[in-house]
Amino acid sequence: MAAYLIRRLIQSALILLGVSVITFLLLYILPADPVRQIAGRSATPEVVENIRRQLGLDQPVWVQYGNYLWGLLHGDMGRSYLQRSEVASLIAARLPATLQLMLGAIIAELVIGLTLGVVAALNRGKPLDTSLMVASFAAVSAPQFVVALLLLYVFAVKLGWFPIGGYGTFSHLVLPSITMGIMGAGWYSRMMRSSMLDVLRADYIRTARAKGLGRMRVILRHALPNAILPVIAMIGMDIGIFMGGVVVVESVFGWPGIGQLAWQAIQRVDIPIIMGVTITSAVAIVLGNLLADLITPFIDPRIKLR
Amino acid sequence: MTDTTPPDHAAPLAAPTERGAFARMLRRPLAVLGLALIVLIVGAAIAAPWLVSYPPDQQNFDGLTLEGAPMPPGGQWLMGTDLLGRDLFSRLLYGARTSLIIGIVANGIAVGLGTVVGLTAGWMRGWIGTVLMRFTDLMMAFPALLLAICLAAIFRPSLWIVALVIAMVNWVQTARVVYTETTALTERDFIAAERTLGASGARILWHHLLPHLWPTIIVWATLGISTTVLLEATLSYLGVGVQPPTPSWGNIIFENQTYFQSAPWLVFIPGAAILLLALAFNLVGDALREVLDPTQRGRR
Repeated sequence: MAAYLIRRLIQSALILLGVSVITFLLLYILPADPVRQIAGRSATPEVVENIRRQLGLDQPVWVQYGNYLWGLLHGDMGRSYLQRSEVASLIAARLPATLQLMLGAIIAELVIGLTLGVVAALNRGKPLDTSLMVASFAAVSAPQFVVALLLLYVFAVKLGWFPIGGYGTFSHLVLPSITMGIMGAGWYSRMMRSSMLDVLRADYIRTARAKGLGRMRVILRHALPNAILPVIAMIGMDIGIFMGGVVVVESVFGWPGIGQLAWQAIQRVDIPIIMGVTITSAVAIVLGNLLADLITPFIDPRIKLR
Repeated sequence: MTDTTPPDHAAPLAAPTERGAFARMLRRPLAVLGLALIVLIVGAAIAAPWLVSYPPDQQNFDGLTLEGAPMPPGGQWLMGTDLLGRDLFSRLLYGARTSLIIGIVANGIAVGLGTVVGLTAGWMRGWIGTVLMRFTDLMMAFPALLLAICLAAIFRPSLWIVALVIAMVNWVQTARVVYTETTALTERDFIAAERTLGASGARILWHHLLPHLWPTIIVWATLGISTTVLLEATLSYLGVGVQPPTPSWGNIIFENQTYFQSAPWLVFIPGAAILLLALAFNLVGDALREVLDPTQRGRR
């Protein structure tokens, strides 16, 4: 276990190193010149050169990367070109909002997905099962921005139940969470359905029924806990999907998280912020995958980590 | 009195050839629904010039109300008009061409690249295999949408650039699946037998490995179109995808969303089109997966 953990941690560190190299190179070959953006259109060549030297952009690419990596290892992600503040503190300020949204999305996808999956499994082969499975396919096929606009139109504009955007209270959180969670809900309902069907076929369920336990009791106490575990183990993997989704969802709902920060930075070619958010996301994804792998043997002791 | 004709269920199962698989797929209602949607959308996209009454870029003189607002669906305008008085039905059908072209081109490149990487890594093993698969792991740690947005924002987006960007992001899953299948296949006896018989590497790859991989590749190519369509729509919605005036379902919503409270059809009709196209390929892909059952191949 310890050896496995150490190997996985080293692998994760190497992956993150690779991500930082690729992102750095991609943003380095960017055709839009960030110095021009900062200096403005009327700046003289001397001013432009000055800013370029100040930012260290006149040095060769490997020196720039080395400096960046050195800073990164000390928790320094550089300074924003346009906002005149530390990227690390900008991200730290925005991170709680994004984490809150991701937590909301996990709750939304589990509540919707697991419920529908169990209902479908218990009605296997009936029209209800078929329509729920079509619905789960639709949930997986729905573009997030359309879901966001639809929820806004129905529940905020027409019914007025929720605010149209913004951040702060619980009611602000509901619509963005559902938007982020709806795709996961589609996957989870399908996984939960097949997991539940597997469990319901098991011998111990037949035994429980044979010794005279009621149907509901067998389902809730014996089948459900066992069927849920393998599905729960997948939550760590969702982080990758969420990290892409935050850009869209946060910009539609005006949610002040790192997705919105990244989107604004992309539009203004504020490279240090784009770098910072990409690396933060990659760290989250790698941790999520690691978590998913580490949880598995606790849930199913038959699986051994190698 | 005995009936000598065997009952239906005793008929021999269709051989697991591509043709048999297709016939079995047609017995699944959801797959038929998906296929029907695909035929409908592809047909509408091809026949667009004959189906529409107005060119997609024409700003119609009578396409706006006296106050300058877009016309609601009905009457002369089947699906209403957009903020510039253009016929939404026409833009939608021409937009289907954009979605389908990107879906096929981007996904074709992605699946091709993924297959080559996965097959090479699974066949060569050694340090080449390790390097390729570690690179694939690395790509998995990138937030795909964020990467696509960055790339699309970096390069001035045109139809082909957008397709290329999506391909660069989407090849990873295919590579992993093909790699797993290839490593499982190369350990089987018939490959060892071929080697013993002196078959060249190229011959084994082409005549023995690839035929076993086709089902997997077909399944991922179908499911991948769905992912690609969604990614293109999202990029175009953010304004870094296909650029107006070329119509795309995503950029129709991008152009009109400021007005969506009073003209919801401008957002929800193209939104429904995106959903239906992605749904169709997901339904067909899922049915193909169950019919071809690639997970069982390469094992036993």
